[in-house]
Amino acid sequence: MAIRSPEDIVHMRRAVREHAVRQGFSLVDQTKVVTAASELARNIINYGGGGEMILQPLAEGVRKGLKLAFVDQGPGIPDIELALKDGYTTGGGMGLGLGGAKRLSSEFQIESRVGGGTRVTITRWK
Amino acid sequence: MKSSSRLAGVIKNHEKEILADWIKEQLASTTLRGDLLKESELREQSRAFLAAVQAAVQKGGTEDLAGPAWADVKQLLAEISRARSLAGFSPSETATFVLSLKQPLFSRMTAELKSNAAELGEELWSITLLLDKLGLFTIEAYLKSRESVIERQQTELLELSTPVVELWDDIVALPLVGTLDSNRTQIVMETLLQKIVQTGASIAIIDITGVPTVDTLVAQHLLKTVAATRLMGADCIISGIRPQIAQTIVHLGVNLGEVTTKASLADAFQVALKRTGATIGKAKAEAAGAV
Ligand SMILES: Nc1ncnc2c1ncn2[C@@H]1O[C@H](COP(=O)(O)OP(=O)(O)O)[C@@H](O)[C@H]1O
Ligand SMILES: [Mg+2]
Repeated sequence: MAIRSPEDIVHMRRAVREHAVRQGFSLVDQTKVVTAASELARNIINYGGGGEMILQPLAEGVRKGLKLAFVDQGPGIPDIELALKDGYTTGGGMGLGLGGAKRLSSEFQIESRVGGGTRVTITRWK
Repeated sequence: MKSSSRLAGVIKNHEKEILADWIKEQLASTTLRGDLLKESELREQSRAFLAAVQAAVQKGGTEDLAGPAWADVKQLLAEISRARSLAGFSPSETATFVLSLKQPLFSRMTAELKSNAAELGEELWSITLLLDKLGLFTIEAYLKSRESVIERQQTELLELSTPVVELWDDIVALPLVGTLDSNRTQIVMETLLQKIVQTGASIAIIDITGVPTVDTLVAQHLLKTVAATRLMGADCIISGIRPQIAQTIVHLGVNLGEVTTKASLADAFQVALKRTGATIGKAKAEAAGAV
């Protein structure tokens, strides 16, 4: 789904929560994945010039999860390690979005190329 | 004779008759809302408008409505449109004001140029163009004021959904419900600070039970509000932090540090009462009624 405006974030959060409920996530896990998604979507708008979120429900035997990819074609992140540092922000935020999303997820991947956009993928297992 | 000066002369020389015809036309029109507009008001508006049009045609001709000569006419029309949109007229009822001037002007011009069909045709055409343009302008002005009414109503709605409640002499509470996007958060913060000034409250409770997601943006807004509240000499308590939100905030790494937080509004109220020195026994009895 497209992430272009703050309203899109509201809709996206609702969609992620619905899928989390459908996967049988506990209230805590729902809240964690929705909050992580909110952070990454906000970054797409604040820094990535808009982009999209791709949602994939996962099932491995009895294990269920949600995989979310946040993709933009924005300026990219020059120093990923620095960007992940708590408190680091170039936009007057709290600088806790990327690190927080990582801590809230079971798996976290980030790929970014200067001038080539950013892709952050998170997975949350129930 | 140049078209515009002909029209200016005709209006000037026959102002009374044209005005009388026009008002008769408007009063007879099915779109006149007698329930919404007094006849005396209609007469005054019509008189002022016709005089302004006469002056504008004389000064600036009928072609260029963007020019300075037409500024007065347009301002007058904007005011009339605004008043009518607020009074509940429809767009076409509002535009009829201008469009119904066509008939009286046609009659006068026809009488004036009986023997000159070619010139008459030209004059009628330029009157038509002129009044159509003014009619469109009227509708635009009408829509603009409609939009600003809607905008205002939306802002009012936003304010309504963030009521600041006076819980006690010295204690105000702000129960937040829904998504805290930046626009609304700004209003929420201002409302709370205003209420603190108004009531001289010493403690503000922000209750986030109704906020589904607390991410770092929301947390940042909350912390800013707490800081601003303190600058105003009041204390702030955040309540309604459910277990799943508490866990998530910790994982995010947000430090609510010195902010007093409570699980429920009732807990926060107890703390607030203790701080303001009210007696708990009395408080409990009345809190049930107040909350
Ligand atoms: N999608 C993105 N595109 C470009 N830069 C980004 C993106 N996401 C994050 N960043 C960079 O990483 C920094 C840290 O992000 P984050 O931890 O979410 O903190 P914050 O959003 O508060 O700045 C941002 O300030 C920005 O410079
Ligand atoms: Mg961020």
